[in-house]
Amino acid sequence: MLAPLATSLNLALVGTPNSGKTSLFNALTGSRQRAANYPGVTVERKSGTIQTAAGRTVTILDLPGTYSLRGRSPDEEITREVVFGELTGEKTPDCIVCVADATNLRLSFRLLLELKQVGRPMLLVLNMIDLARRRGIVFDLDRLSSELGIPVVTAVSVRKGGTADLLAHLNALAPESGAPRASTWRPHSASELRALQREADRIITATVTPPARPDTATTRIDSVVLHPVAGLLILLTVLFVMFQAVFSWAQPAMELLSGAFASLGQFVHNELPGGLLQSFLQNGVISGVGSVVVFLPQILILFLFILLLEDFGYMARAAFLMDRIMGGAGLHGRAFIPLLSSFACAIPGIMAARVIDNRRDRLTTILIAPLMTCSARIPVYTLIISAFIPQRELCGFINLQGLVMFGLYAAGIASALLVSFVAKIAMWRDYEPSPFMMELPDYKLPRAKSVALGLYMRAKMFLQRAGTTIFSMMVLIWFLASFPQAPVGAEGPAINYSLAATIGRAIEPALAPLGFNWQIAVALIPGMAAREVAVAALGTVYAIEGGKEAAEQIGQVLANNWSLATALSLLVWYIFAPQCASTLAVIRRETGSSKWMAITFAYMLALAYVGSLVTYNIAHALGLG
Amino acid sequence: MSQLKSLGNAKRGFLGRIHSICTEGCASILSPAELESRLIEMGFVEGARVEILHEGIFGKDPIAVRVDNATVAIRRREAMAIMVD
Repeated sequence: MLAPLATSLNLALVGTPNSGKTSLFNALTGSRQRAANYPGVTVERKSGTIQTAAGRTVTILDLPGTYSLRGRSPDEEITREVVFGELTGEKTPDCIVCVADATNLRLSFRLLLELKQVGRPMLLVLNMIDLARRRGIVFDLDRLSSELGIPVVTAVSVRKGGTADLLAHLNALAPESGAPRASTWRPHSASELRALQREADRIITATVTPPARPDTATTRIDSVVLHPVAGLLILLTVLFVMFQAVFSWAQPAMELLSGAFASLGQFVHNELPGGLLQSFLQNGVISGVGSVVVFLPQILILFLFILLLEDFGYMARAAFLMDRIMGGAGLHGRAFIPLLSSFACAIPGIMAARVIDNRRDRLTTILIAPLMTCSARIPVYTLIISAFIPQRELCGFINLQGLVMFGLYAAGIASALLVSFVAKIAMWRDYEPSPFMMELPDYKLPRAKSVALGLYMRAKMFLQRAGTTIFSMMVLIWFLASFPQAPVGAEGPAINYSLAATIGRAIEPALAPLGFNWQIAVALIPGMAAREVAVAALGTVYAIEGGKEAAEQIGQVLANNWSLATALSLLVWYIFAPQCASTLAVIRRETGSSKWMAITFAYMLALAYVGSLVTYNIAHALGLG
Repeated sequence: MSQLKSLGNAKRGFLGRIHSICTEGCASILSPAELESRLIEMGFVEGARVEILHEGIFGKDPIAVRVDNATVAIRRREAMAIMVD
């Protein structure tokens, strides 16, 4: 072995989707990884720096999964540009590490042969080697290395110490001296692709002995999970359990968090002299940021399910089962995952739409994602339902309040499907379904460490957002609600004299046909930052001291001040609720244009207005107003 | 030798080998050349063993195809280009 070198090393991980590339990256870098975006595009850049045992610094870049270097989507283009060292701001990798799933080499090897043409130093990692050996697959590693002309190491990314071989190899790896070989890669014709696949198949036949009895676990599970009827029932059950978990398991943790923020606010209230600073810290900073951070448990539980299903290999199956059903509404099967995430929050949902490579399919998905009832609407729904809908049993077992809640969710989904259908007809008349072609990977048991790391990264991103975007919005809202201050000796709540009230009164005439008063109009403004803030805002407007029993008190005050027609109208408004600044900002970033942001805002505003107008007038005519 | 047919028309349980890829006249949104490249990248190459494992509930679409030792989901529309025997 060569003496360890002090020089640092830049690696790029390349592999097909499902090659276990990300789990290898997680095993290598652990929590020392950083996620960011490549400038100008919406492709996530994941990198991490580690020290080998001998003290060598190795920077590892996890590139988006791809089947070829053609670069069909923005993700795949990034992979190609980095591999060729053409991406500005990104160092040319010293070594390209091709990651292959040892149990499924065919497609990986074709990609590897393409990568070899680039002419850079390479290394093949046979990942999940333990799984392959347990299935009885035998590898001739020396022959494999000489056939491919590159070093081959094995790895078990899901076990402690499973990357020891790889790390030892990296320790000894010498940066190639002399001028790099010229690339012979060029876009391949179909016949060249065929030739590469044949060569890959030849190498596999020569070096890998398949087991006498193939592993049938995946096939057996699939015979139930992909069954046309049983499969859909299983999918529905999985979704049902997931929503139950999001709403009931998260409850204790959420109460704990909101209690903690309330006590913190109370502490500031008691410790500081009354005045602007006290009001700013308690109402602006603590209750504002707190009202958003409270959703962390729900978001973590939702992502726990999504990560588990993803690692298990179920997500691709869900897309398979839903493809035709969603196709009827003009959606791609892959839109299932982003739309599911949108029930937690539209922001991760819209970001997850990156998995859809066709632009139109992706835009439709982004357009309707905010219609999925996100968790931020729950506090608003809960408040109004508990204040206005009687706690009564229907037919002996259906809870009326629960039924209304379910109806609001169903209305969100129905309107999303409708909008998608209209978009298909109105905007994209020449619409042709883009192909649905994806690997259904073998089932694998998810590993706790990998899932925990995924959750940690999500939590970090969410809290960063709460600490920056939402924090600055809260400061702005507090300012609007506090200035100008009430004159000495004025009657009524101070907020009546503020800019917020002025704005609320200015837009009140436009909202009056919906049964909204100026107090609601004022509450809708802070709702722009995060929908759930509207609840806190209503509390402030009706001059109620915040705190633990606040929700019940607000409910009481609302029940005295509003008609049922107004309450129903506000519920319908929130099904569509176009006002969420962060969602709109993400749409602009992900679509790369303000146009789609404007379209989303306009169509949701129109739906909300018309929906509320109709609801209010019908309710009014029925004598509820 | 059995008769040549399109994988897009085959029933669940069909077992055979890929004879050729014929993308001309295929109703896919992709250009024939692009469709051919993508099919090859997913492992649909002449000589590969294919088996239709599963079908969707509506219109028996899409289909899950075992290609050698991997499973690929594909719509019948695109599978029409895969000629099997």
